Amino acid sequence: MEANTRSTGRLPAAFLTPGSSSFMDFLSDHSPEILPGNRSLPPLQGAVEAPHGTTIVAASFPGGVVLAGDRRATMGNMIAQRDIEKVFPADEYSAVGIAGTAGLAVEMVKLFQLELEHFEKVEGATLSLEGKANRLSTMIRSNLAMAMQGLAVVPLFAGFDVDREKGRIFSYDVTGGRSEEHGYAATGSGSVFARGSMKKLYRADLTEEQTLTLVVQALYDAADDDSATGGPDVARRIYPIVTVITDEGFRRLNDTESSEIARAILERRLEQPDGPRAALL
Amino acid sequence: MSTPFYVSPQQAMADRAEYARKGIARGRSLVVLQYADGIVFVGENPSRALHKFSEIYDRIGFAAAGKYNEYENLRIGGVRYADLRGYTYDRDDVTARGLANVYAQTLGTIFSSAAEKPYEVELVVAEVGAGPEGDQIYRLPHDGSIVDEHGSVAVGGNAEQISSFLDQRHRDGMSLAEALKLAVQALSREANGNEREIPAERLEVAVLDRTRPQQRKFKRIVGRQLTRLLDADGAGATPTDAPSDAEDADGGSTPAAGTDTPAKGADAPDEGTKE
Repeated sequence: MEANTRSTGRLPAAFLTPGSSSFMDFLSDHSPEILPGNRSLPPLQGAVEAPHGTTIVAASFPGGVVLAGDRRATMGNMIAQRDIEKVFPADEYSAVGIAGTAGLAVEMVKLFQLELEHFEKVEGATLSLEGKANRLSTMIRSNLAMAMQGLAVVPLFAGFDVDREKGRIFSYDVTGGRSEEHGYAATGSGSVFARGSMKKLYRADLTEEQTLTLVVQALYDAADDDSATGGPDVARRIYPIVTVITDEGFRRLNDTESSEIARAILERRLEQPDGPRAALL
Repeated sequence: MSTPFYVSPQQAMADRAEYARKGIARGRSLVVLQYADGIVFVGENPSRALHKFSEIYDRIGFAAAGKYNEYENLRIGGVRYADLRGYTYDRDDVTARGLANVYAQTLGTIFSSAAEKPYEVELVVAEVGAGPEGDQIYRLPHDGSIVDEHGSVAVGGNAEQISSFLDQRHRDGMSLAEALKLAVQALSREANGNEREIPAERLEVAVLDRTRPQQRKFKRIVGRQLTRLLDADGAGATPTDAPSDAEDADGGSTPAAGTDTPAKGADAPDEGTKE
């Protein structure tokens, strides 16, 4: 696999072929067996048991976008991991959060990050936000065979569009179908409850701080009703991963910041367990 | 039927080396210097889009003199090599030494293969370490040899003269402004001993900065930041000369690389201009 183990030690021709700025195109030429989409599963009876990541939420505000995820991975009715990380920076101005089969998801993110970085290095310019969203679409589509066997990966992609100067959110389905979401979006098993929560709380003029609280509220509501989504774990100090992307780039809130938001919400919920109430009319 | 003339292997190799050297000498020189916080690349390049320096991986940078289409090809090969290696193993397993070896093998094979024309390029592969003692600079001449360099290195047309100039004046622990000024001074000297002025717009400058918080240490220095560094008083320049990322906006560059898309396959800006 590695370049310098070939007979002469010279870079193989595929490395020096001009044309493509895509790392995935290069891989499919040079070593297609590494690409996740080229693997096939033997026919199976029933679903494969593997850890699944659960809820991811995103919401935009004037000047940026927030992407957050809970920390639980489940395998059937077991909690496979309490502190899994499901939200990753894709590059300087975008992030991706993944619900679905954790192992495949992490590999997909790694390849997606590399795809963006590779393009940037070869071309000397970054892809447009739409271009990045489309690349992710292709990657999900290549996983379709696995998805049919229960190993689906469904990401949420959020980024700051430097040309339009605003935060944008893209959601996907298992077939790679991509749709832009306006305002807020959620994916994963708790997404129904998270979306319901944000539907009542979201306003287009929220500030960055308010939006951070909004997404953590939504994750709390998801954890409240979905057993596969983890709430803030005060005893173990495990809090949701919250990231913000603005014109200054990607930033992940540190543990202190996210624990402050989670604790403030927890404090209020001790008096009002169902969270803030929206007006009836 | 004509009988081919006998050419001794020594003569054939000498001819090929001569051909490659002449090609490289047509290009303008560039220099790579260690400074306190990393490695700086300085060269004269009238083009803003066709770069002589670029990022290969997190801590690895690339510089090339000679024929544009040939070194661009090698650069992309290097990026692919590094990204594939980092993907199969880990980001820490991509090293300048490994990359330099692959380049050396590639250049060496091309140089000694009678079916191919030798590449008219001379490369520098540099890796910035956690401290100055971890910095590595490799120079790769056209024939596939590797030279492990320390402190400063020059490649291109007037390389020998510039090298000896730098060797006498370069010292460890220089600030970025000092190193940059020394580099410009060295590049301004012509073969006949005259000095000429190189304006800031014609300079291409990039650094591998070990103090940069991001994983990717490569950064281009452009616009106001470059002028300020060039104007800075060598002695009192230390507090302001770190290439802070807040200035990315000023310089108009993206965080890791220039914003211009190099037109692939285009001729090098310095092709055919003889110094």
